[in-house]
Amino acid sequence: MEAAPRNAEGMRSIAYSGTAADRKTNAALHKQLKTFVLHLIVTIKIMTDKKISYLPDFTLSPRIDQVGIEERAARITKRSIKKETKVNGLLLTLNMIDLTTLEGKDTEGKVKQLCYKAMHLMDVYEGLPTVAAVCVYPSMVKTAKKALEGSGIKVASVATAFPSGQAPQSVKISDTKYAVQQGADEIDMVISRGKFLEGEYNFVFDEIAAIKEACGEARLKVILETGELVTYDKVRRASDIAMYAGADFIKTSTGKISPAATLPVTLVMLQAIRDFYYKTGKMIGMKPAGGISKSKLALHYLVMLNEILGEDWMNNKWFRFGASSLANDVLMQLMKEKTGIYQGKDYFSID
Amino acid sequence: MATKNNTLKLKFDSARKYAPAPESKAAAKIDAKYDLFINGKFEKPLSKKYFATTNPANEEKLADVAEANAADVDKAVKAARNAYEKTWKKMPAKERAKYIYRIARVMQERARELAVIETLDGGKPIRESRDFDVPTAANHFFYYAGWADKLAYAFPNRNAHPLGVAGQIIPWNFPLLMAAWKIAPALATGNTVVLKPAETTPLTALKLAQIIQEADLPPGVVNIITGAGATGAAIVNHPDINKIAFTGSTDVGKIIQKAIAGTAKKATLELGGKAANIIFEDAPIDQAVEGVINGIFFNQGHVCCAGSRLYVQESVFKEVYRKLKDRLATLIVGDPLDKNTDIGAINSKQQLDTIHKYLKIGLKEGAEMYEAPCELPKKGFYCRPTIFTNVAQSSRIAQEEIFGPVLTIQTFRTDDEVLEKANNTPYGLSAGVWTDKGSKIFNMTTRLRAGVVWANTFNQFDPTSPFGGYKESGYGREGGLHGLNAYVNLV
Amino acid sequence: MATKVLSKKLKTQTPVAAKKATASERLEVLKTYKIYIGGKFPRTESGRYYKAQNANGHTLANVCLSSRKDFREAVVSARAAFADWGSRAAFNRSQILYRIAEMLEGRKAQFIEELCRQNISTTLAEKEVTLSIDRLIYYAGWCDKFQQVLSSVNPVASSHFNFSNPEPTGVVAAIAPQQTSLLGLVSVVAPIIAGGNTCVVLASYTKPLCAVTFAEVLNSSDVPAGVVNILTGKISELYPYFADHMDVNAVVFCENDADIKNAIQLKASNNLKRVIFYDKILWENIDAQSPYFIQDTQEIKTTWHPIENIGGAKAGY
Repeated sequence: MEAAPRNAEGMRSIAYSGTAADRKTNAALHKQLKTFVLHLIVTIKIMTDKKISYLPDFTLSPRIDQVGIEERAARITKRSIKKETKVNGLLLTLNMIDLTTLEGKDTEGKVKQLCYKAMHLMDVYEGLPTVAAVCVYPSMVKTAKKALEGSGIKVASVATAFPSGQAPQSVKISDTKYAVQQGADEIDMVISRGKFLEGEYNFVFDEIAAIKEACGEARLKVILETGELVTYDKVRRASDIAMYAGADFIKTSTGKISPAATLPVTLVMLQAIRDFYYKTGKMIGMKPAGGISKSKLALHYLVMLNEILGEDWMNNKWFRFGASSLANDVLMQLMKEKTGIYQGKDYFSID
Repeated sequence: MATKNNTLKLKFDSARKYAPAPESKAAAKIDAKYDLFINGKFEKPLSKKYFATTNPANEEKLADVAEANAADVDKAVKAARNAYEKTWKKMPAKERAKYIYRIARVMQERARELAVIETLDGGKPIRESRDFDVPTAANHFFYYAGWADKLAYAFPNRNAHPLGVAGQIIPWNFPLLMAAWKIAPALATGNTVVLKPAETTPLTALKLAQIIQEADLPPGVVNIITGAGATGAAIVNHPDINKIAFTGSTDVGKIIQKAIAGTAKKATLELGGKAANIIFEDAPIDQAVEGVINGIFFNQGHVCCAGSRLYVQESVFKEVYRKLKDRLATLIVGDPLDKNTDIGAINSKQQLDTIHKYLKIGLKEGAEMYEAPCELPKKGFYCRPTIFTNVAQSSRIAQEEIFGPVLTIQTFRTDDEVLEKANNTPYGLSAGVWTDKGSKIFNMTTRLRAGVVWANTFNQFDPTSPFGGYKESGYGREGGLHGLNAYVNLV
Repeated sequence: MATKVLSKKLKTQTPVAAKKATASERLEVLKTYKIYIGGKFPRTESGRYYKAQNANGHTLANVCLSSRKDFREAVVSARAAFADWGSRAAFNRSQILYRIAEMLEGRKAQFIEELCRQNISTTLAEKEVTLSIDRLIYYAGWCDKFQQVLSSVNPVASSHFNFSNPEPTGVVAAIAPQQTSLLGLVSVVAPIIAGGNTCVVLASYTKPLCAVTFAEVLNSSDVPAGVVNILTGKISELYPYFADHMDVNAVVFCENDADIKNAIQLKASNNLKRVIFYDKILWENIDAQSPYFIQDTQEIKTTWHPIENIGGAKAGY
């Protein structure tokens, strides 16, 4: 277990400072020790559950060269996607969308409309797929679940004090449990970026693990909020922590922070997924979210997915777009491909 | 418990194929027949001979091109001499500059046409000719144009005088770009030019001749004549040439050095290479893998500075090799005009035979060969990207320049070991180093005996950046301030 | 002045071979002029010698007629010395070149005497020695400066830091100017070693004395063994090996002999040696020294590295 040395070091430092007679220090130590033991238990449980034989030292996550990763991402955008490949790509894109509304002003009525849209993207165009899921706040899960009944469309709910994550763990867990009880099939959690940036990787790891436990059968998407992590090195490290802690998906952004998803960030995360797959045999899903509103960009993401993870990931079990306005642009492009005429926005319904 | 990782495989073989996305040929007007560009005009060859240039992607003929004999060469040199003495030498430097700027601008305007013709004639992917060859060639003219009236600042305490008539012979791997590398600095420093493109790729140089006409360059300042080895030899041996600039094989470079022995001709030679690309265990592995791909498969591996010898620190060998194989699976080999093609056609039948010869040698030497699992077009000259492992330093495939999409991998343990191996070659054109540690980068880049060293990147080029080799990779630099040296006498 | 007095004395001195001890006089100890390889003073392995004579036909000394094997040994020691010398701090090389000048200054009289014996007027001899010392000082100063003058930071249009700097080409085989005994040799060797190369030099055939004595100066100046190797002998015998040895990176030839120049270029092409001809240089002139002489035995290396967050790659227009 590679994590052991770090933990052992923690133990040593506790032992050393334990020689101080100060009661206050002892209380602090006690807390530290408790945290450590808890982390150890969580770690062992995760590893047993996931059949992972060791945990890496996350401070040693691979380094990313910024210029290199951006060049690679730019190269992917050079792929020219035409004709049937384009149509197939657009249809697949629709099928991968997590149609999202995450507004303070959301109402049951609005959520119902969105669910209708999810099921009937454009009925005049025959053979369209539905989107993958509708993504809402926990309070709207029940409404969405009902509206989508029988459609096969999943209900995803953000949880864990989305979008900031600034709440105690108990609140995050009950937030998650509530969403699951209401019928959420998928939970989109946010990581504690502040703790992560402080280097409290164990805290972040344990929190994800705890939420995963609270999810029960629901699939867990872990939002890294890459716009707040800033560097690719950190994106990679956060991806590794999330995957080892039990994420089913890793997701770029809440959509509330700019920049949200970008191609290079997604590339870093896809490569992390690939490395994790090679190490553990486990597939992890990917969800870029925020800022993807054009078909062309969506197709770039699919090319990237196709060339980094291959065919097994090219479906909505393993890849999602978190987007609200992408669907309409895809529909416009599909109509253009079908009719050969450039389309106008007014001909596509907004919900 | 750990899964048996070695059985895991990402599925790329069945990965979706992209629908064809061919670049339109409409932009590329190719005449049926091309004459020699001498003294500002296209002139019929005195040899009365023509040869065909073909598209290596489908073996179809593109055009007939004049074959210059010694008399044609003489005519071109006389035109260049005349233009040098009567016009170019006397012209104010700032006016010279403006002509060169004009060439750059017209090249930019006709970029798409040049790119398509480059791809048709040479077999390189349109993505490369469009995004690299043509813009970089135009930028080269633009860069050197500005030097013309600033030479006094390039050579402190000396006056830079032009040499006279420069005979320039260029290869088939970057036809237009190499023409730019040769012509631009020669003109900026006040020389006139007789340039011969390679016989398999003459068309963009002839297009450049038209551009030069369009730019109203005084007749004779640039002469572009086509032909094969004999034409080149006639240029090298012409008594009224002051300077030979050659890019090509080390063997021919040696012949040229011999041919000009005993003459006052100056020479710059940009020759072969067998570059080491070194990956340390702390490298950003995914970017390193991409750098290796770019290093050896760029332009079908027809690159003198290609990173053909990969050295991987043993602790990350398995990871690097697996990632290389995954990346290989996604490379698209095929029609060079298709915008999605990563690896186009091998430039000629002859070169394809050479590559196949080395593949056989590699197998015979006991190396393990891995070929990308791609399908090749039925017609045309194509080669799968290939990786050899289990290669010894003494293997011929690790020593000799193959000039194709063939990579050899060796592992190493220590810095000193890999340095010794990397430098253990008669060549010294380029090298690559991948590590996250700054101090290690500088140790390596300082001790690698090569003219260009890329750290955490590979195959980058820029007009401002000098390029050229140590040892048998030639002498003289092209590009940047140092590229001026090759075309001046310092008095 | 001491040198004047000395030179007066010298003028009356008879050539070595003609000097015989009378019964009452002390017998003078004659110097053996040996070659200089790897910091040692061996005789030529060939056992051959020639008589260096002055213009009057008087024999000055028996001098080694070096062989190709001596050259081979010298190249081996030059190559062995290159890794260290080429990677030393430039400042250190600068100090060592300065040290050579210091030692030469201290032995000025000896060199003047040797030059005079080779039939140069005292005035000219003095001039040659002082010029040689000054030339060493000149290049000592350049050791840690020419890199700055010859290098560049290249403003590439992509997000990379890119610079070009000179590096020594390696082992240089030089055939020194034949007309002078000391100045030509010093003028050729100084820029080669100032730039971090190591070298094998063939001294003037007719005026070899100062070259050997200069080796003694080098030997006492902290110049590491093998950095400069000095042979005496015939150009016609040795130049083919200078030009075709596969472990020599550059060859320098300073005579205007068309046949030899031609042959050197032919042979040098075997491993694409850099060929440098200094056949029109007047070594006593001020333009016989410049950083461009250092540049002749330098390679330009360009190094690239990505830069985060600079941008670039916006070269299109």
